[in-house]
Amino acid sequence: MRTALAPNERRALSGPCDGDAQMTHHTPDGTSDLGHAPILSLDNITKTFPGVKALDGVELHLYPGEVTALVGENGAGKSTVVKTLTGIYQPDGGQILLDGRPVHFPTPQDAADAGVTAIHQETVLFDELTVAENVFIGHAPKTHLGLIDTKAMHTKTTEILTSIGAKIDAGEKLKDLGIASRHLVAIARALSVEARVVIMDEPTAALSQTEIEELYDLVATLKAQGKAILFISHKFDEIFRIADRYTVFRDGQFIGVGKMTDIQEADLVQMMVGRAVDQLFPKRHADIGDEVLKVVGYSHPTEFEDINFSLHKGEILGFYGLVGAGRSEFMQSLIGITRPSKGAVRVDGKVRIIRSPADAIKSGIVYVPEDRGRQGTILDMPIFQNVTLPSLTRTSRQGFIQLAEEFALAREYTERLDLRAASLDTNVGALSGGNQQKVVIAKWLATQPKVIILDEPTKGIDIGSKAAVHDFMSELAAQGLSVIMVSSEIPEILGMSDRVIVMREGRMAAELERDDLSPETLVRHAVGISVKGEAA
Amino acid sequence: MSLTDNAPRQIPDRLRSPLQARLVSWESLLLAVAIAIFIVNSMASPYFLNAWNLSDATFNFTEKAMIAFAMALLIISGEIDLSVAAIIALASTAMGVAMEMGAGTPVLVLVGLGTGLLCGAFNGALVTRLGLPSIVVTIGTMSLFRGISYIVLGDEAFRGYPSSFAWFGQGYVFWVISVEFVIFVVLALIFGVLLHKTNFGRMVYATGNNATGALFSGVRVDRVKMILFLLTGLMSGLAAVCLTSRLGSTRPSIASGMELEVVTMVVLGGVNILGGSGSIPGVVIAAFVMGLVTFGLGLLNVPGIVMSIFIGLLLIGVIALPRLWGMWRKKAD
Amino acid sequence: MTVLKSREAILAGAILCLLLIIATRFSGFVAPNNLIAVFTDTSPLMILAVGQMAVILSRCIDLSVAANLALTGMVCAMINVAAPDLPVAVILVVSLIMGAALGAINGILVWKLSIPPIVVTLGTMTIFRGIIFLLTEGKWINAHEMSPIFTGFPRTSVLGMPVLGWIAIVVAGVMIVVMARTTLGRSIYAVGGNPHAAVYTGINVGKTQFAAFVISGMLAGLTGYLWVARYSVAYVDIAGGFELDVVAACVIGGVSIAGGAGTVVGTLLGALFLGVVKNALPVVDISPFWQLAISGAAIIIAVAFNAQSGRSKGRVILKSAEHAQ
Repeated sequence: MRTALAPNERRALSGPCDGDAQMTHHTPDGTSDLGHAPILSLDNITKTFPGVKALDGVELHLYPGEVTALVGENGAGKSTVVKTLTGIYQPDGGQILLDGRPVHFPTPQDAADAGVTAIHQETVLFDELTVAENVFIGHAPKTHLGLIDTKAMHTKTTEILTSIGAKIDAGEKLKDLGIASRHLVAIARALSVEARVVIMDEPTAALSQTEIEELYDLVATLKAQGKAILFISHKFDEIFRIADRYTVFRDGQFIGVGKMTDIQEADLVQMMVGRAVDQLFPKRHADIGDEVLKVVGYSHPTEFEDINFSLHKGEILGFYGLVGAGRSEFMQSLIGITRPSKGAVRVDGKVRIIRSPADAIKSGIVYVPEDRGRQGTILDMPIFQNVTLPSLTRTSRQGFIQLAEEFALAREYTERLDLRAASLDTNVGALSGGNQQKVVIAKWLATQPKVIILDEPTKGIDIGSKAAVHDFMSELAAQGLSVIMVSSEIPEILGMSDRVIVMREGRMAAELERDDLSPETLVRHAVGISVKGEAA
Repeated sequence: MSLTDNAPRQIPDRLRSPLQARLVSWESLLLAVAIAIFIVNSMASPYFLNAWNLSDATFNFTEKAMIAFAMALLIISGEIDLSVAAIIALASTAMGVAMEMGAGTPVLVLVGLGTGLLCGAFNGALVTRLGLPSIVVTIGTMSLFRGISYIVLGDEAFRGYPSSFAWFGQGYVFWVISVEFVIFVVLALIFGVLLHKTNFGRMVYATGNNATGALFSGVRVDRVKMILFLLTGLMSGLAAVCLTSRLGSTRPSIASGMELEVVTMVVLGGVNILGGSGSIPGVVIAAFVMGLVTFGLGLLNVPGIVMSIFIGLLLIGVIALPRLWGMWRKKAD
Repeated sequence: MTVLKSREAILAGAILCLLLIIATRFSGFVAPNNLIAVFTDTSPLMILAVGQMAVILSRCIDLSVAANLALTGMVCAMINVAAPDLPVAVILVVSLIMGAALGAINGILVWKLSIPPIVVTLGTMTIFRGIIFLLTEGKWINAHEMSPIFTGFPRTSVLGMPVLGWIAIVVAGVMIVVMARTTLGRSIYAVGGNPHAAVYTGINVGKTQFAAFVISGMLAGLTGYLWVARYSVAYVDIAGGFELDVVAACVIGGVSIAGGAGTVVGTLLGALFLGVVKNALPVVDISPFWQLAISGAAIIIAVAFNAQSGRSKGRVILKSAEHAQ
């Protein structure tokens, strides 16, 4: 059986289609109709890497007191733009204009000096340094001897933290803070420089719902201070909620700009992918059969407690929850990465003791992790070796590798997933994100599993590939495989699941049948009833 | 976007044939260097092209190469063992103690190999069970193992090994072919097959490229690493047997600094010091290159310490030159 | 209370305990004069260790420090033989510059060619020692060839302690300020803690590592002169294998080999711990041959301890578990 990933993807990747021209509201002179000039502009910027044109003559204008959303699929060139704006990359062609004058940012320091600052997952992460040092590293106040003025640094940090309502001790080491507090430190850093342009790259990706609300408040504050904000996000709801303008890139090319008030979500999606995406979640009917997996009382000292469920043949079981609810931790324990403190697993009625992923594979349980580059694949090894790694005993005799059998197995499963690659001995690292994900799935299907766990299977994948992954998931279930899908995206959970388990703070908060599903119930169980009004 | 997205539906197995890939490789370059050194040496000294001299020359690298094979696998898996020379010292000391207690040659060999295996197990347990970084662990055990030798021996030495024991380091199997050289060839074949033709070898590469990814793919990463530490210990024990047999005595300073030469041999052989890539043929050729350089300079009466400059330069040079070349080409473009 | 602070307290406690146990049997060991002698004897190790600490903090390692020490020491001795009247101040400056230059060679190879530091310094370690041989053809320079001022300087007593000890104190003080209060010092921590993020904050990772190697080399060069002068002899193998003691002092002092974590005070205590053990062995009548094994065991115990205290715990998700901790 083949599934049709290709036509969707090919269309997604093809050149501009007819609809584009009329979608473009961009004015050539770069001034906005509101009558004020942009603080920072990119004009006809080009950046080429070996074999790839990452940016092909793009433009971008950031206005004071406004939020500009940069929209595009993975590989559209968003992160290259961020790196160009912050002095990490040098453009090959085009100009960066600050207040209308051409500038160069040969180093990140130069960008910071010009008032361009970025809040990024990785901006501030020095565990061994104090909060104040993290905020002021690179531009710490100095005493007249040229030494760092620790006292002044702490005072200023405390001022900034107070101004954004964060109760964090400036002298504490970063490693002693939680994720949300770290994020506030990152924001404090952005405010510590006299920033005029603030870049937020996927700022809400690791935040819980309440933290996201706090971030939106902060964005409003920054707007009121007249700062220009570049906001990069995959989440359409938040783009429509907080952005004033949008700029769309596709495949490193500039597609269009405009005001959020002038555009509908569907049109924006069409600009992003170059076509209309009508059906994202093609859930097909599958007959649900006997129980395959039963988990009883699974617990871990610090991460999760008392997880009970059963999974049937042909079923797609969704696991919903906020980031940090313990879903991935539970799944990784189920495949033997961490040890549970108590609990039992039965596969086809037989008790299985799973101490390592190797045991899990033997029991027929496989896991497609969220972190593709680190956990899912071995980027510097060829495709065929990645595919056969968990199945080596089947492609070898007495422990000796049989290359022909390896290639045959790899070919069978990669073709089934319609992988696009130059050859099977190409390194996985050379493939696009969507194709890497296909290699990971091919690898696990080649083990002929009974249960496949997909952890955020479409995170960081472009919309075209997303639909293909959903389609394929449906087909696997129809063929009798049992699927567990961990997802934080409500539409995906609603569209794909036969049944949903909601987790909150390491415990099962609810188990819902497909007919009982609604966005409100999911969120209510995920955040707990007490904050119902705020979250829904 | 990458070019691969427009590739045909039928994916070929390979773009280049294995033979093609082999011709343009580090190993071929190294082989050319080895041949060049051989020619230069034979022109520089009239004593070079003599079967017995060449046979003597192999002793310059056979013991180191035994360890280098296991070390190559260990470094490919992303770990390192700097205690190998100290393991030789401890294993040799243990053999000395056994000899004083009246042990015969078979027992001596078992004691040597067993000590090596135990030392490897100790390193492996610290790295895999406690999750410690191997570089610090083996810097520690390097002091510990040799330290124990010093405690036992002080400034004394063990002498008087049984005459049958001399076979390993001084014996010849056939004409100029020494026992050590035969061991070297057999081990080269065994390790070559193990790394390049077995599932275990594949797991070694996977572990070195991405240990987390390998673990998630069902590779028992800790077991792979433990086996490699055991193998490295065992090979150090074997090298101790050969070296002790060749020297006929044990001092606590035996084989001092040899870990450096072993690592140099492995890196010169094209193994990435950060793990993930490398080959046994490369290490074999590197062993010959180092042996030929040492022997050639020895014929020209260059003292040992000056040879170590060459080894040091070789170590840095083989990594630096390709990078300099790459930078130069980038500038030229 | 952070782990590192408790690490320093534990080490200080361990050293005090060690001194107390020795004192119960040999009270002479803890006499002020003897303690000063132990401190002075440990000074070269302390100076080298704080330099090595900077390198390890930046995610590198410098195995060439002892070879750098020997080469610079030999050059200082040769200068003294050639020009006996040259003032010590000039020799000190020469030793600092030459040491820094040798460190810069390591640094440039790591920075510009991205060669792994362990490979670079294993290589330069043998090259530096080989160069000493080329310079001297293996000959020694002995006490009678050196001028009295040259050999006397580190032994000159100031306020009851030899200059060597005072230099260690000054180096320690300067390094504490450099690491805690300068941009370079904080950058070294940042680079070791998270090189990726360091780039984003405008820190040049390679350049910072280069600077750490220069610091380490400079201190190794300084120690080179002090060592040769103190022992009044220079030859190829002086301080052979001393790089391991230096790394040991850092590891025992709580410097994480993975970079980014460790303090000057901890490193000094690590060096002092080794120094006290070394000096106590003959006093309590244990053969000095035990020293190597003891420092090896100390490294292993220390690194195991580092790993236990620094082990990244899984996310605490359960509310009940949070309270229990």
